[in-house]
Parts: sequence; C-alpha cells; structure tokens
Amino acid sequence: MKKLESTGSKINRRRSLKRIGDGIIPTAFLIILILIWYIIVENGIVERFMLPSPIDVITTLYEILPEIRLHLIVTLAQALYGFVLAIIFSIVLAILMDNIGILKRALYPLLVISQTIPILVLAPLFAMWFGFGMLPKIIVVALVCFFPIIVSLLEGFDSVDRDLLNLMKSMGASRLKIFTLVKFPASMINFFTGLKVAATYCIMAAFIGEWMGGKAGLGLYMMRAKKSMGIDRVFAVVLLVVILSMLLFKLVSILQKHLMPWSNEE
Amino acid sequence: MSIYQKNKLFVKNIYKSFDEILVVDNVSIELKENEFVSLLGPSGSGKSTIFNIISGLVKPDEGEVLIEDVDFTGKSGRVSYMYQKDLLLSWKKIIDNVALPLVIKGIKKKEAREMVKKYFEIFGLEGFEYKYPFQLSGGMRQRAALMRTYMFSEDIILLDEPFGGLDAITKGRMQSWLLDVLKTLNASILFITHDIDEAIFLSDRIYILSERPAQIKAEIKVDIPRPRNNDIVTTSRFNEIKKNIMEML
Repeated sequence: MKKLESTGSKINRRRSLKRIGDGIIPTAFLIILILIWYIIVENGIVERFMLPSPIDVITTLYEILPEIRLHLIVTLAQALYGFVLAIIFSIVLAILMDNIGILKRALYPLLVISQTIPILVLAPLFAMWFGFGMLPKIIVVALVCFFPIIVSLLEGFDSVDRDLLNLMKSMGASRLKIFTLVKFPASMINFFTGLKVAATYCIMAAFIGEWMGGKAGLGLYMMRAKKSMGIDRVFAVVLLVVILSMLLFKLVSILQKHLMPWSNEE
Repeated sequence: MSIYQKNKLFVKNIYKSFDEILVVDNVSIELKENEFVSLLGPSGSGKSTIFNIISGLVKPDEGEVLIEDVDFTGKSGRVSYMYQKDLLLSWKKIIDNVALPLVIKGIKKKEAREMVKKYFEIFGLEGFEYKYPFQLSGGMRQRAALMRTYMFSEDIILLDEPFGGLDAITKGRMQSWLLDVLKTLNASILFITHDIDEAIFLSDRIYILSERPAQIKAEIKVDIPRPRNNDIVTTSRFNEIKKNIMEML
C-alpha cells in the first residue's frame, strides 16, 4: 500500500512537471505572436486605422466595458440559454435514437445535413420567422451546439464494451437498468468532449445571431462599431468573445473533473 | 469428494452454429455440487460460446441446459459469469462495483453495500472498498471481479479464462488464492482455460475440447488430493496427467 502511494506520488510529480511544460509552451508562443503584432504596428509597418496595436485593444476594452455591460449580459444569456437547450434536446434525442433503431437510421443523415447549411443563411431566416428578440438567437446557438453534443453522445452509447453489456444481460438486468447503470455513465466522457466543443461555439453563435439585428448584444455592438470605422472597438469585442468562450470551456472542464473523479487519472 | 454429490448443472447434447458454421457439436457437460471442472481446449474452439449458452445469452440450436433439474435453456440471470477482462465499472467505487448484481436485483444501494462489506476480507480486498478500479492492480481487479461474480450467484460460477490477462507470477498467485478462497465458499465452478498446468492444478475434472467445432474429446479425472499447493506441479502424478492431456491435444 505504501509502495503504491510512493510510486503514485512520483507519477503525480512527473505529471505536474509535464503539465507546467504544457502550459509554458503555448503561452510563450502566444506572447511571441503578440510581440510581433505590437512591433509591426508600433513601427508603422501597418497603419493604425487598419490594425490597432494589442495595447490599444486592451485599453479600448477597458474604456468601453461600462458601455457594453448590457450587451455582454444579453449575449451571455442567449448563449447559455441556447447551450442548455441544446444539452437537454440532444440528451433526449440521443436516448431515443439509441433505443429505437429506425429513428437513428432516419435521423442521423438529417443531423449531418443540418450542419452543412451555413448558419449565416439560417440566422436571417430565423430573424424573419421569430422576430428580433432573443428567441432567434437562442435557436441559432442551440442549433450550433446541438450537433457536437449529440454526435459524441451517440458515439459514446455505441462504444460501450459489448462484453460488459452481455455481462449485464447475464445478470438479468433490464434495458432501463443497463442504460442507467452502464450505458449512460460510460458515455459521460464522450458527452463532456461534446460539451467542451459546444462551449467554445456557443458565445460565437449568439454573436453571429445578433448580426441580423436586435436591440442589444455584443454582435450588434460590433456591427455598429464596424460601420463607424471603430476598428479598435471591433478588436476589443472580439477579444471579449475569445475570453468568454475560453472561460466557458474552462468551466465545463472543471465541472467534468468534479463530476467524474475517476477519469482524472486515466 | 463423494459420489453422492448433487448434480448442479447438466448441459445436454448442445449444438450451435453461426452463419451455417458449426461451432458447438454435441457437447454435454456435468457439474456437481462443490466441484471444480475445467474446459480445456485451444483458443477459438467455441468454449466461450458454450458459456454463453449456459448463461442464457445464446440459445442453442439443439440441446438443453438443466440447472438443478430445471430447464434454463436460453434464460439468463441464473448462473454468474466472469470474463477475462475484469469489466469493472470505472466510474463506480469497488464496493459499488461488487454490489452491482444486488442493485440489479432491486436491492437499495445502501443495503447492498452493507451486504457485500463482510466479503472484502475473504477476497483480500479489505481497505479498498472506497477506491476506484484504476487505483487497484490487475490481480486485485480480477479479485474484485470474482467477488462481484460471487455476489450474483454463489452456487454456480462460470469463469472464462479469468487469469488469462495476468502475468505469469500474478497468475500463479491468483490460482493458489482461488483454491484458498474456494475452501470458504460453497461454489460449483466451471472454468475455461487453454493452460494445461492451470487446468490440472485447479480442477477435479477436465473436459478436453477439440478444435472448432467444439466436441468433447475426453474427460479426465484429476485425482490429486486437496489441499493442493504449488509443489504438486512437480509430482509424478501431475506430470502423468499432463503427458496424457498433451498426447490428446
């Protein structure tokens, strides 16, 4: 037991060293890229009204923050509503498709087709059908997030070890028991993979949805800034979208770590 | 072992083919109370199909499976079945993995935990109740899997190469351990292996199976007295039996 622990801690130390390395490399690379960007703009190689310097972007973001607070809240709300809607809908549909073979065969190609239609075409259609409120944007978000979640969930259901399912059957487990005790928890890891992909999409999807018009939202704000040639504000909003998306991604990762303590070591 | 032992399991003249390829050809197997019987044969000879038929997962084309004289052909949920893979649920703690068969039978999780607790000592897993499977070694995981198998049905247990995935040293240890545990449990065991030494070391009787389609070539009684320890592997009786089997295979 003691031996087990000591080798365990050794592995952990090696792992944490590796983790630090994993953090340093991309961060250093990003800093180099930003530095190059800074030098190019500061030395007048590219004109400032075409490309603001990274410092301009950050100061602008700081300046406009009080002004865009409401827009931020609206976008965030739309993204989260859409995300949750997509989660609920894909879980329900994935369960139905997994249990009813004919449904899966009928719907799967349609799911793929739905993803090939450019969202920029659908967004104005939704605006026409559902008006300029929050609903069409939420639908856009749900549509974008729905696909990665349901595909990963279906794949998870399919990849459960056949022997494990046979073992459950040999113990006389009902279909419902097999699903709740084995299939669903076994697919959690796939489910979270889908959730992470969807988390990075959802802010952007709300943002695009807002381009079609409305009363508030970061996408709307950015379009206005673009029209008045406020390129530094455009960049600032884009930076904000990136930060929000990354925060959401991180949130899902933390959630996964807490809900699936067994997967941390694998 | 007395001749008055009750007959636990009787597999009567079963046949099975898949896609018109005969896999099991007129196999009959008997298992008495408290007996340890091995099915020894080359890999891919249809041994696992025989187990799938006994456990009720697969229906034989012909023949019957009788358990304590009751027909269980094609009915699952009576005998317990353990695979070469431990098949522990990685998201459940060991105690909940072991209690799984009880939960399937409809017992509440808390009660099921109480019921399995006392067996951790017998199976040598004391102190690991609340660990996750990834925190255990391969041998310990197999022990946990065996414990779960026992929790499902304590009287008839099918073991499909349970130590096949372990290294030679762990395997040897697990075999001695299994003999030891069986002394305290009243179980009848049907054991699949392609390892001759393992079959002789563990069994009371051995059925020798042919290559596909699986037929019973011979039935050998292992008359080496119990308790057995690792030393018997070098005795002349052991080697006689081994030579006898090797000539048949």
